[in-house]
Amino acid sequence: MIVDGTTALIEVEEGIRIIPGANTIVCALDKIVNWGRKSSIWPMTFGLACCAIEMMATGASHYDLDRFGVVFRGSPRQSDAIIIAGTLTKKMAPVVRMVYDQMPEPRYVIAMGSCACSGGIYNTYSTVQGVDTVLPVDVYIPGCPPRPEALLDGLIMLQELINKEHFKWSRWR
Amino acid sequence: MLKKKELSINMGPQHPATHGVLRLVLELDGETVVKCTPHVGYLHRGTEKLGENRTYPMALPLTDRLDYVSSMSNNIGYCVAVERLLGIEAPARAKYIRTIMAELTRIANHIVWIATHALDIGAMTVFLYSMRDREWILDLYEMVCGARLTVTYPRIGGVRCDIDQEFMDSCYKFIEDFPKRIEEYETLIDQNRIWLQRTVGVGIISAADAINWGLTGPTLRGSGVAYDVRKAAPYDAYDQIDFEVPVGKNCDVYDRYRCRMDEFRQSISIIKQCLDKLPDGLVLASEAPPYDMPIGKPRVMPGHPMGEILPGELVEEKVPFDELYSATEVPKGELGFYFVNDGTARPYRMRIRAPSFVHASVLPKLCEGSLVADVIANIGTIDIVLGECDR
Repeated sequence: MIVDGTTALIEVEEGIRIIPGANTIVCALDKIVNWGRKSSIWPMTFGLACCAIEMMATGASHYDLDRFGVVFRGSPRQSDAIIIAGTLTKKMAPVVRMVYDQMPEPRYVIAMGSCACSGGIYNTYSTVQGVDTVLPVDVYIPGCPPRPEALLDGLIMLQELINKEHFKWSRWR
Repeated sequence: MLKKKELSINMGPQHPATHGVLRLVLELDGETVVKCTPHVGYLHRGTEKLGENRTYPMALPLTDRLDYVSSMSNNIGYCVAVERLLGIEAPARAKYIRTIMAELTRIANHIVWIATHALDIGAMTVFLYSMRDREWILDLYEMVCGARLTVTYPRIGGVRCDIDQEFMDSCYKFIEDFPKRIEEYETLIDQNRIWLQRTVGVGIISAADAINWGLTGPTLRGSGVAYDVRKAAPYDAYDQIDFEVPVGKNCDVYDRYRCRMDEFRQSISIIKQCLDKLPDGLVLASEAPPYDMPIGKPRVMPGHPMGEILPGELVEEKVPFDELYSATEVPKGELGFYFVNDGTARPYRMRIRAPSFVHASVLPKLCEGSLVADVIANIGTIDIVLGECDR
């Protein structure tokens, strides 16, 4: 469709403009890519300990994560995020790292609960003191265990984080 | 001539159907499992060791995180054990409140069990229905103690705070409405052809084998053995409550499922009786140990290589120099606490007899000779939680 030179583009949101009459929007590619990514974060079905029960409860009917586009996937190769829900032990740490390495880029890590954030009450010989010693963590959610609302808040924070990304879609990122 | 070789596959520790971080190494001949080796310890957090470094009241929050699906029952199990050790008797009202809480927890646990078990076998709707109802119980928890999952509501010698009329009303409403929800789950799967094919005649373990493997709880009762710690060695208010112990007869996954569904109804009946009979009075015994329980110095056995301690140094006379095993019926089976005490406010050795650990050990017996798909049903039916299994 040929656009009349006099027709001004209408800015509907910051940085997003539409061409009146045409079914077209004009914006930076970052905006589109980030919008797509943040609206469909697929975390892995991966629970370690107590927080996994709260993660399940958040994903189930009452809190319903699906409305954020969050759908749990069973395989690391199909997931965008990994929610470290629970205590990471020294025996489990290599496995978690291996699972993380199998995930395609871009990938995000949410440390859910005190144990994943810092080791929590388990300052013992067998636990890893914070999952950030093994993986690069994007969002920390404290609590023992965090309430489902806290997990939702963490996911919204992750969405905001994704929304601010710049040029993370090219081959040279 | 083609060479025949068994295929070895690794199920877990990252697998959606292993209920946590259980790892099974399966040797397969085609679709048949020839050998099944469970590997545990991926969630070993050193709970027993931590418990030995804390006083009895301070170690209580650790027990929430053993079996995190039924944390209240674990708390009660621990409190009952320490009460028996210290010789404290909880007030009658506290005992009834604890019984109500234990049975609510049993319902919550079996809800999570039916949700995950059905989800693993392929019935997703049950998951959504039952998790909806679980929130109701969690709301009741919040009413009494403010926490949803790791509650630490019971205390050594009673409970933390009294329940109010609002809780009683909500609880009455819950026990009135919940039987309809049980029927809902049963409508979905009880006569479902796929459910029957996946569960009937799968994972058979005879009564003799079940006893020999040390199974407890509904996993044992599904094989027709009516053993229940609540009946065999009553604690809290169970000796004043009238209830039945449901048992199965075909020893398979389906009968264990039926057992747990019947336990829902028994739990409802127990809660109703407790609410009706709830006595007045205090909820915490006066001799309950304070949070900052003095630790005291260890007493040493006469003739021990470490020598004898002078009588003047015995600080904490209240804590006996003794050992004790105490068992309670948690939703998964018999939860035992074994303490060796040296006279201080900290156990010299704390050993937890976790039903999940025992149940995980029976997996080879259940799985070997069955199909790969039945391994999932077998993991579900023994109802394990790895936090408790690995401790």
